[in-house]
Amino acid sequence: MTTHLPTPVPGSLRGRLSRGYVHLAVEPWLYLGPALALIGLVIIVPLGIGIGYSFREFSLLRPNDAEWVGLANYRDLWGDAKFWRSLNNTLVWTFASLFFQFFLGLGLALLLNTAFVGKKLVQALVFLPWAVPTFLIGLNFSWLFNPVIGPFPHWMFALGILDEPYNILGNPETALWGPILANVWYGVPFFAITLLAALSSIPGELYEAAEIDGASAWQKFTKITLPFLGPMIAITVMLRAIWIANFADLIYVMTGGGPANSTQILSSYIFTTAFRKLDFGHASAIAVALLILLMIYATLLLFVRSKLVRT
Amino acid sequence: MAAVGRRRPLLTAGKYLALAGYVTFALFPLYWLVKIAMTPERLIYSEGTRLWPSAATLDNFRAVLGSDFMIFFMNSVIVSLSTAAICAAIAGAGGYAFSRFQFRGKRLVAALLLLTQMFPLLMIIAPIYRIVASLGLLNTLTSLIVVYTAFNIPFATFLMQSFFDGIPKDLEEAAMIDGCTRAQALRKVILPLTLPGLGATLGFVFTAAWSEILFALMLVKSESTMTFPVGLLSFVSKFSVDWGQMMAAGVLALIPSCLFFAFIQRYLVQGLTSGAVKG
Amino acid sequence: MADMRFSGVAKSYGRTEVLRDIDLEVADGEFVVLVGPSGCGKSTLLRMIAGLEPISAGEFTIGGRRMNDVAPRDRDIAMVFQSYALYPHMSVARNMGFPMEIARRPKTERVGPVGQAAETLGLTRLLDRLPKALSGGQRQRVAMGRALVREPKAFLFDEPLSNLDAALRVEMRLEIARLHQRLGTTTVYVTHDQVEAMTLADRIVVMNGGLIQQVGSPMDLYDRPANRFVAGFIGSPTMNLVAGTAEGGGLRLGDGTLWPAPPGTVELGIRPEHLSLAPTGVPGVRAELQVVERLGSDTNLFCEVPGVGPLLARVNGNVDLSPGAVIELAPEDGRLHAFDAGGGRL
Ligand SMILES: Nc1ncnc2c1ncn2[C@@H]1O[C@H](COP(=O)(O)OP(=O)(O)O)[C@@H](O)[C@H]1O
Ligand SMILES: [Mg+2]
Repeated sequence: MTTHLPTPVPGSLRGRLSRGYVHLAVEPWLYLGPALALIGLVIIVPLGIGIGYSFREFSLLRPNDAEWVGLANYRDLWGDAKFWRSLNNTLVWTFASLFFQFFLGLGLALLLNTAFVGKKLVQALVFLPWAVPTFLIGLNFSWLFNPVIGPFPHWMFALGILDEPYNILGNPETALWGPILANVWYGVPFFAITLLAALSSIPGELYEAAEIDGASAWQKFTKITLPFLGPMIAITVMLRAIWIANFADLIYVMTGGGPANSTQILSSYIFTTAFRKLDFGHASAIAVALLILLMIYATLLLFVRSKLVRT
Repeated sequence: MAAVGRRRPLLTAGKYLALAGYVTFALFPLYWLVKIAMTPERLIYSEGTRLWPSAATLDNFRAVLGSDFMIFFMNSVIVSLSTAAICAAIAGAGGYAFSRFQFRGKRLVAALLLLTQMFPLLMIIAPIYRIVASLGLLNTLTSLIVVYTAFNIPFATFLMQSFFDGIPKDLEEAAMIDGCTRAQALRKVILPLTLPGLGATLGFVFTAAWSEILFALMLVKSESTMTFPVGLLSFVSKFSVDWGQMMAAGVLALIPSCLFFAFIQRYLVQGLTSGAVKG
Repeated sequence: MADMRFSGVAKSYGRTEVLRDIDLEVADGEFVVLVGPSGCGKSTLLRMIAGLEPISAGEFTIGGRRMNDVAPRDRDIAMVFQSYALYPHMSVARNMGFPMEIARRPKTERVGPVGQAAETLGLTRLLDRLPKALSGGQRQRVAMGRALVREPKAFLFDEPLSNLDAALRVEMRLEIARLHQRLGTTTVYVTHDQVEAMTLADRIVVMNGGLIQQVGSPMDLYDRPANRFVAGFIGSPTMNLVAGTAEGGGLRLGDGTLWPAPPGTVELGIRPEHLSLAPTGVPGVRAELQVVERLGSDTNLFCEVPGVGPLLARVNGNVDLSPGAVIELAPEDGRLHAFDAGGGRL
């Protein structure tokens, strides 16, 4: 019973590719083929080309032969005040949006995790913003901030926030808060939905046991809910930060990055540079810079994740 | 958590107040959109900021329905439906491979797909523009369909995978023992069971394609091929005084999204955890 | 003919080997049960018969024909899954008729066999229901019905009863035994439950750790387990195993008792039902009674023997003993199983 017949090395050609099962090795690639081909051609190849563009100079007059300029675009970037401003705005935009989205979303999730009449309807209504196309959100909020047809300036005036009902989107000091508000409106359902799903995954017995042990509502939240959801929350928030940092629709639609580039974030700056100025070299240099920043951030994220998952 | 005893009316009142606050917050901007769209033009300036208009009209909708917006609307429908259909088919196949096969390089491919979800797609807007231009495809819906399909494939693949994962592998194996080829097993057993998932994927991709604007701005500039977002935005910059009509057009843009939203409500969680492109 | 034969079959996933050196013959019409602890490779072996898992090495034949590369649908085999694998979107009737549907038999031809199988299994009233509207036991019957309808060369069962409650399990076990008697179709049945194995099998294949430990009739395994593992696995309650030191024609236990054993023995096994309170001719051990379990027909006596360890004895009927009593337990003559240092039978 203990004599070992010479069995073929596991994974050897004969083992793996015995006739009739050849397809097992090839089949998944067949199914993935179209997806991979399309992603390769439409995303990966252009990405490579785009990195190449960042070393070239595109002139509007001769758009077909772009000149090789080495690191000139990056040198320009280093001295480009708009770039640094955008970087700064990106941080403000991301952090502020995330902060309000998360805490409002958490509050909503906790509320929805309790029992009340009309829950289904309420849930559908509060999640509705998520379904609204983002360009429309942008347009709608810019209208809401317009003193002619929107109520916001008048409210803010009445509350004493503004000394006259003007459009905050036209003021470089305050303009960024317009898109941020729109983004918060749009993003609360995301956190509410994911957190609600996580909340309902916590076994109810835990709360019942804690109740029997005499825990207060606040204690149940800090001793059961938070430890359970903590790691998942941290990772969701960090991933979401990337998404928000890259999210340019609202800003472009509401302010176009203006006035005077005061609301430009890096991704909208890429877009306006490419779209309005057709300066593909400069746009690609910003893109590469953004990519590098994101990769640093992703490394950080992976590190945090490995920490969280271990404990 | 419906524990016995101890009712605290103050807490309950606070809860309903908070819920009312959330509902108002969510609905007010949409209410405003509809309100202005229905305000007669002569009242816009006098009553623009009143909470409840003294008169309502559907004139603005009539005007929009008779305008170029119908072309834009149809363009968007074509682009979004085609994108959703092609994407669901391709992602369905990919998701199936992920769900049912163990193969070398699987983790690598999954990582690649995840990465494309994370990096800013705007990065490649310049090369995409030049490639599309050199192919002579600027101002065509085809270019948008191809680009949107590619952008949505990673997320749709993960979503489809999660639906396939929910169908026991036993069923396919039973079918194969019962005499099916893999193709037959797919058609007779797996496909009927995955229809809701396929529908949800179509819905997610449709809404994502429906609301995309930046690539559309870059790639289509002619009136005849503009999508709805591009048309609306250019309308805004050209005729920024006809508020009622703009908002009526906005309400129209809302309709397909809301229909799909109603349809995919059940799958929100699955969509979001698969990393929906449209967060 | 549906005799099956494994020669030198092995299976690995990547670098992990889950089955090796499988040599096994299943005769036409035989009911063979694969039994062993969870994870020992039973399902894998069964799935290799079905064609759901490629065979990494060796050869597998049905009726003399090499099957290694034959697709499942060309093997003419039916399988009942642990999960039943009923198609959720098809009615009971369509589920049962599905193999014929795939074989493109016209609807009119399908009705007869489906009705007959439904009749046999008591499913006639349920034919129009969807699986989700059935109880666990009914689903199990549908799964069997789907297998029956095909009249295949062989039936494969993968723990078909493990999701049923105890009473239903006994009932279905009988039903399966009856079906096999009536149809005489070659059957390979996987279970981790040794009672199912003992009651159903013509022959049992005991597996552990990817290896076949012993093949034999139920009574073979009970009377002559080939090694310690089989001895411990077959029989309920499990066999007592006591260690000792070999000493001139016997094994000296920790309490000084000498039990007869062949040279080389390091361990002796004795089934609880073969320990007797009355003298048997073999010297008994003095045991302190700790727990008494009265089952009505039998009584289990859990004892502790100083220097030897725990012993369990099972006696017929009731006995008038209470915990704390010191009793003498003697093995019945010829019922001791001797094992060597490697765990093999001597
Ligand atoms: N697809 C797989 N990849 C790797 N290991 C597997 C796979 N399927 C089964 N195994 C391993 O093979 C062994 C035998 O599994 P199985 O045949 O299902 O056992 P059981 O006897 O409980 O039916 C187990 O240890 C299991 O972990
Ligand atoms: Mg098993």
